[in-house]
Amino acid sequence: MMEAMTAIQVTGLTKAYGSNEALRGVDFTVARGEVFGLLGPNGAGKTTTVEVLEGYRRRDAGAVEVLGFDPGTRPAALRERVGIVLQSCGTYPHLTVAETLEHFAALYPAPRRVDEVIALAGLEECAKRRARTLSGGQARRLDFALALIGDPELVFLDEPTTGFDPGARRAAWDVIRALRDLGKTVVLTTHYLDEAQTLADRVAILQGGLIVAEGPPDQLGASRYRVSWRAADGSVEERFTEDPTALLAQLTADALARGERLEELSVTRPSLEDVYLELTEAVA
Amino acid sequence: MTRVEPSHASAGPRLAARSRGATGVSSARLAWRQYRLERRMFWRNPSAAFFGVVLPLGLLAIFGAVFAGRDEDLDVIVPGIAGMSVMSATFTSLAYNLTTLRERGILKRLRGTPLPTSSYVAGLAANATANALLQVGIVLVVGNLVFGVAWPGDWLSLAVFVCAGVVSFALLGVALSHAIPNPESAPAYVNAIFLPQILIAGVFYDTEQAPNVIRDVAQALPLTHLVNGLSGAIVDGEGVGAHWVALLVLACWGVVGGVLAVRGFSWEARREG
Repeated sequence: MMEAMTAIQVTGLTKAYGSNEALRGVDFTVARGEVFGLLGPNGAGKTTTVEVLEGYRRRDAGAVEVLGFDPGTRPAALRERVGIVLQSCGTYPHLTVAETLEHFAALYPAPRRVDEVIALAGLEECAKRRARTLSGGQARRLDFALALIGDPELVFLDEPTTGFDPGARRAAWDVIRALRDLGKTVVLTTHYLDEAQTLADRVAILQGGLIVAEGPPDQLGASRYRVSWRAADGSVEERFTEDPTALLAQLTADALARGERLEELSVTRPSLEDVYLELTEAVA
Repeated sequence: MTRVEPSHASAGPRLAARSRGATGVSSARLAWRQYRLERRMFWRNPSAAFFGVVLPLGLLAIFGAVFAGRDEDLDVIVPGIAGMSVMSATFTSLAYNLTTLRERGILKRLRGTPLPTSSYVAGLAANATANALLQVGIVLVVGNLVFGVAWPGDWLSLAVFVCAGVVSFALLGVALSHAIPNPESAPAYVNAIFLPQILIAGVFYDTEQAPNVIRDVAQALPLTHLVNGLSGAIVDGEGVGAHWVALLVLACWGVVGGVLAVRGFSWEARREG
């Protein structure tokens, strides 16, 4: 892959906290302009992975490159080009939203305009309010705004919509789509599979410190179809196959030969959720 | 949240035109901005402004009224409260603020921005220094105008001891913040050190009348020596040379604080996960 096309390259990344091996050899690549979803249950290593990429944690082994830099050395030129939404992170309670954004804008060489970011994050009504008076959802929007104020090329979003009501989630999704439309690279960790399914160009499922599946969300496990029907005795039967045509031909032929009907016959491709649950429960 | 206007969709060329890296923001300018931000937040935070301005004034008013006309006692409390103010403006507020900033995740957030650590620390230090100077100034002015205590006899010595006190107590405050597990327990930790020290270090009374045990303990504490040095400068007009031992003790505490402050520093709250 060409260097300029790659935003993030991770090879053989390991990290242990004492005897707990949080990451046991993680490999993945994120292309520029891609929305990359990192999924996995609690403790799978999502946040550790992202925090290594953000420069918060040192890796034990492996090669990591973010926008061509090694985040382990925390180069200022990298921090100028990256925006971060952490899982839980406060702001100065006595500053207004606009003041907070103005202060952080000054830290970057080429920031976006404050009013523009306020509009992007949907904070127009709270621009003059002090941060300590914001609701949880509004504070999270301020997190978004602060991650975008430096006009980053790459944005890390660590569970950005946890605790949002459905309306706020949709609004946050719109911002993430807007980032993609701007050509930004987005790395998104999430518990919500619909979020990954909707937003991510590609997802990786992390389990026990290893990547157990990777690909576009609607193609993960796409080769396995589930065929189910209600048998004559009333029980639900199911089969999995990579070739539903042949299986259906055989099932229907057998049923016709017995003079039965295949009640409630359905053929489904597994959803991201099916694949996720199968992979994460099998190993756990 | 709203859609991005089309005009911003042309981010590609704009990014390409930027000469990244070569044009970082000056760290001196960032330190100045951080200082101004800290000042603004200080005045907006009622409890900080209260402890910073009203408390030393109030203590001076109370003890000044009690000791009215007794020059010897007034000569004790003016340098005493000045020394206490230096400690509360640096040690107390840094220990408390850093614990809160760490717990709220603000330090971690700053760590993810291009703000250089040196600029941030310089901004915080300048803010603590400004508070210390403000409070010492209030004490001296009120002491002179209201209670008739003479202006400091040796301004140079005063400046040296205020600086030494600011540096030592600021470093000790940063060091203490590492030991405080969460903001809820910060007042307990801070006051466990601050209150006994102001009681035995000669802030409110002349320690010559105190029992030997208390005086011996007090001799090991930095505030005792800061108050001695300030007393020499303000009341007796004595130069730095007359109190070089006090300066040395303050410096030793500063070194201890500095080592602990740097070695223990953490940008994140201790959390599992």
